[in-house]
Amino acid sequence: MAIAESGQSSASSPLVTQLHGWVTTVDHKRIGIMYILMSFFFMVVGGIEALLIRMQLWVPDNTLIGPDTFNQLFTMHGTTMIFFVVMPMLTGIANYLVPLMIGCRDVAFPRLNALGFWLSLFGGCILYTCYFTGDALYGLGSAPDVGWFAYAPLTSPAYARGGAVDYWILGTSVSGVGALTFAVNLVATILTMRAPGMKLNQVPLFVWMMLIDAWLILVAFPPLTAAQIMLILDRYAGAHFFDPQSGGSALLWQHLFWFFGHPEVYIMVLPAFGIISEIIPVFSRKVIFGYASMAAATAAIGLISLGVWAHHMFTVGLDDRLDAYFSAASFLIAIPTGIKVFNWTATLYGGRLQMRTPMLFALGFLSMFLIGGLTGIMLATVPVDWQVSDSYFLVAHFHYVLFGGSLFALMGGCYYWFPKATGKMLSEKLGLWHFWLLFIGFNLLFGPMHISGILGMPRRVYTYQAGQGWEFWNQVSTVGAFIMGFGILFFFINIAVSLRSGKKAGDDPWDAWTLEWATSSPPPSYNFEQILAVRSRRPLWDLKHPEDPDWKYE
Amino acid sequence: MSKSTADEALELPPVESSEFPLTTAQVGMAAFLCSEAAFFSTLVVSYLIYLGQDQSGPTPAESLSLTRAVINSAFLLGSSGTIMLAMNSRKANSLGGFSVWMFVTIALGVMFLVGTAYEWEELIYKDGLTISRNLFGTTFFTLIGFHAFHVTIGLVLLTIITCLERAGRFSAKSEAPELVSWYWHFVDAVWIVIFGVVYWMGT
Ligand code: HEM
Ligand SMILES: [Cu+2]
Repeated sequence: MAIAESGQSSASSPLVTQLHGWVTTVDHKRIGIMYILMSFFFMVVGGIEALLIRMQLWVPDNTLIGPDTFNQLFTMHGTTMIFFVVMPMLTGIANYLVPLMIGCRDVAFPRLNALGFWLSLFGGCILYTCYFTGDALYGLGSAPDVGWFAYAPLTSPAYARGGAVDYWILGTSVSGVGALTFAVNLVATILTMRAPGMKLNQVPLFVWMMLIDAWLILVAFPPLTAAQIMLILDRYAGAHFFDPQSGGSALLWQHLFWFFGHPEVYIMVLPAFGIISEIIPVFSRKVIFGYASMAAATAAIGLISLGVWAHHMFTVGLDDRLDAYFSAASFLIAIPTGIKVFNWTATLYGGRLQMRTPMLFALGFLSMFLIGGLTGIMLATVPVDWQVSDSYFLVAHFHYVLFGGSLFALMGGCYYWFPKATGKMLSEKLGLWHFWLLFIGFNLLFGPMHISGILGMPRRVYTYQAGQGWEFWNQVSTVGAFIMGFGILFFFINIAVSLRSGKKAGDDPWDAWTLEWATSSPPPSYNFEQILAVRSRRPLWDLKHPEDPDWKYE
Repeated sequence: MSKSTADEALELPPVESSEFPLTTAQVGMAAFLCSEAAFFSTLVVSYLIYLGQDQSGPTPAESLSLTRAVINSAFLLGSSGTIMLAMNSRKANSLGGFSVWMFVTIALGVMFLVGTAYEWEELIYKDGLTISRNLFGTTFFTLIGFHAFHVTIGLVLLTIITCLERAGRFSAKSEAPELVSWYWHFVDAVWIVIFGVVYWMGT
């Protein structure tokens, strides 16, 4: 009870005390919220970088931003978006929800959890410190300019002088250790702390997907850390891992990086799958179709995605047999992914659809992830990849899956669970503005990139010559980028407005069925006054409908 | 009124047990060791990829000594046995036995580190093998260095555990000593792989 009292009194205490409460907190809900705020912050930073990139590409032969700064911009943009926007947002949402969904009071290791958050944040701070070092203040000189994948030998001491690459290594590896603590916590929490009666095949699908997600983090992040350590040794101790002149291999970096990098894209998209699997049933008023196949498909993805990394390396000229294997394995991943899309559609089919904002985001996710998935299959076809790899087609593909897929769903999750976390509803009207501006802007921005890519526009070029048919598509893209930036503004306005004067949400505004809605909004620091016993996959439905509970059928 | 009687009054079916065979702390440690395994696999694979690639010497066959490695391995593998005895004593509530076996474990660990230091000294000063000399040096010192680093961390943990246990700071139910022993066994298992890949294959 002492915890509860201190939690309540902080609401009326002076700002310093409140801040102190946040900084020292070990409550999974507060840590979750801090992760999400961190993600919002870096979303603005990374977004500004993206807008600068798009402004530079507005007209041919533009001189707005020089080539050096351009290289730094896309490096920082990519690194920021992946490590400091999508990762913290999914970590935050999972941190907030998993203990509530499985009906327990906190994660397994609360202090480790806090450590993880601060490591992630410090990682981001370290990365951005590069802008304040050396000659950086004159023309932002020292930011890394090696791409988010930091290919050797661009990162070797000979090509990357100064500290820029070191900031990249330190920033991403520190936040990577943060991600590891998150994964350790999540696995232990989900496996051992479920509410009485809740079997592993009764947890919400979001929890299932986060369990696989944590597993992927556990096996994919350490190889990146190891590779980064080797790189540091190359740079400062005279080692030769990635130095072809002394027998080392630049390809080894690519293998190690993509052994992390490919699972990482699934680490970023599985939480999105999980969120969609919670939102679609509730707003279709139907049980999710094919729960077991959904969980099994996730596990299959968790395994297969570890064996396809070299599909990012078709153009380096691997052995044909290797190409064939990695191509086939990549096709294989489309099967479990297809099962999921099928199940979501089947859940929608015949449902009483309620078009609230979270549902819109879920449907937006579905359509755009579908496009991204299809272009993924195209890219996994070796000859097609040889043609369009490293062109804007590739940029279009991964933005459709990462932004249109992952980030869209995560934002939808923010709409869905915001009432739980704050006790206030977000405005539907502003939400609609947010969604439609984002959706239209997004497709204007990334849709044309398929075309400019097929027309031969390479990625990472800072400008292009007139007369190649690229101007029009680039201008559409740039317009789309600004529409999208505008849309995100509505997101933040919506949050601010609702925090000040939003409608009261109540415990269960969406009439949902999972345990997080069984407690008050926002939940007390101990989560549940009484831990509920669970008998089916929809414990709250059972409570609301004692005359027709699920456990009679399961 | 207890919860289950309330449920019975409502005629709800009894909840089935959802117990997981491991405790929370054990799962946490196991998950962490999974990530450690991924880390070491990366280093081992990198070692293997470059094995025999660089003929500029010194090569493993020229500079590594199997006898030296076997003696050194005996220390570390032995310490896995002694820490098991320490844990058994702890279960049998014998603080004396626990302390003695922990002390032996720590001593063996330290001897292993001394052995590594001796090996490195010979490699560096006699054979001229350094991290920048050739690819073998690069991969060898990275792999062995990180293993030795883990042994060092393990020794610190073992010392802390022993002191705290002797000071009576752990309850009999505390899992900390047990989990640290898991870590120690893991470091040992990694060494077995290293022994096979580096010393046995190399000489
Ligand atoms: C059916 C599933 C998918 C397939 C078959 C697929 C296939 C591919 C292939 C072959 C490439 C390499 C293109 C090249 O470098 O030439 C690629 C790149 C990429 N994919 Fe996917 N993909 C799939 C799903 C995803 C998902 C779910 C995400 C993220 C959530 C994603 C994110 C990316 C990213 C970020 C890149 C670019 C990496 C870079 O070079 O910076 N993909 N994909
Ligand atoms: Cu991939």
